Amino acid sequence: MIIWISALLIIIGFVFFLGGSLGMIRLPDFYSRLHAAGMLDTMGVFLSMAGLALYVVHDFTLGNFLSALKIILIVVFVFITSPTATHAIVDAGVRAGLKPWTKKN
Amino acid sequence: MDNFILFSAMVLTILMVVPLYRAVMGPTILDRFMGVNAIGSKTTVLLIMIGFIFNRVDMFIDIALAYALLNFIAVIASSRYFHKRKGLGEEMK
Amino acid sequence: MKKTRRKSIVFTNFLILFFFWMIFSGKFDAFHLTLGVLSCSLVAWMAADFLITAPSFATIAKQWIGFSKYIPWLLWQIVLANIHVLRLVLSRDMNSRINPQIIKFRSTIKSQMGLVTFANSITLTPGTITVAATTYGDMAIHAIDNESAAPLPGDMEKRIAKIFGE
Repeated sequence: MIIWISALLIIIGFVFFLGGSLGMIRLPDFYSRLHAAGMLDTMGVFLSMAGLALYVVHDFTLGNFLSALKIILIVVFVFITSPTATHAIVDAGVRAGLKPWTKKN
Repeated sequence: MDNFILFSAMVLTILMVVPLYRAVMGPTILDRFMGVNAIGSKTTVLLIMIGFIFNRVDMFIDIALAYALLNFIAVIASSRYFHKRKGLGEEMK
Repeated sequence: MKKTRRKSIVFTNFLILFFFWMIFSGKFDAFHLTLGVLSCSLVAWMAADFLITAPSFATIAKQWIGFSKYIPWLLWQIVLANIHVLRLVLSRDMNSRINPQIIKFRSTIKSQMGLVTFANSITLTPGTITVAATTYGDMAIHAIDNESAAPLPGDMEKRIAKIFGE
């Protein structure tokens, strides 16, 4: 049962990874590509790590429990640092004078 | 389940080709940073999957944690380093 | 007064650091625990001024209770916005649906920590990225389409202002 839930979570996470990758190709300019690259990838990391943590815990020992805690710590760390990294890249772009793409009409 | 993790690790590796295209061909330097950052966040998941394949999850989780730290510091340092360079936003081939 | 406060801060820091030490080491024999106590107390004594900067422990407790109510709501908003951006990216007529724009407004949040939380929450929600934020509360947000741009600043700002007691 737990194994099926974790497999489902990993697959949904991969759908988000796929969306982030396709967005990096399809969107028109740097700023809007960053929406897909930074944020959809964060969600993909969250979901697939949750699936992996569930799979670690399914035979319960102390070592496995500590491994699952470490995986959760990685997710918390990614959730704090990913907006900061995105903001650093955007800030470099703004200071270089890169103009955002807008609709012509 | 071991086979499932092996195949999902392969799918993840194939998905990494798309940000690699952006990192190699991207019109501006900032697009390249973005591609490298996306590859790094996928690699964190991939390292834990490699740990499952070799049955050494406790060891590979520490490597994944260090990789996540290193990825963050690399993006911050490179975007600060190229902060006020001329031609950062220009498209180049 | 000053000294007792510093002592309690050092002790709290030591407890937090030792908790993380036990998670990361995973070994509970006497040798590793002694090493942990030594290094954690050294770091807690050296870094007493950095980690906890709020004026009193009651303020910290109030902020953490506020955060524990805010984080589930934020996660739900992130999931909703992620699904929206995913459908946008995978749709066939993407170029007619997106409308990148920059919104500027002045936030009413005054405290520095509140502004940092607000800016990070906006960036963590897909469809909106904080381009610039100043200490006075001027924000510039890049939004990918009209639907992501509509709810700003709105509900999120009110919730964060409630945590930091304004």
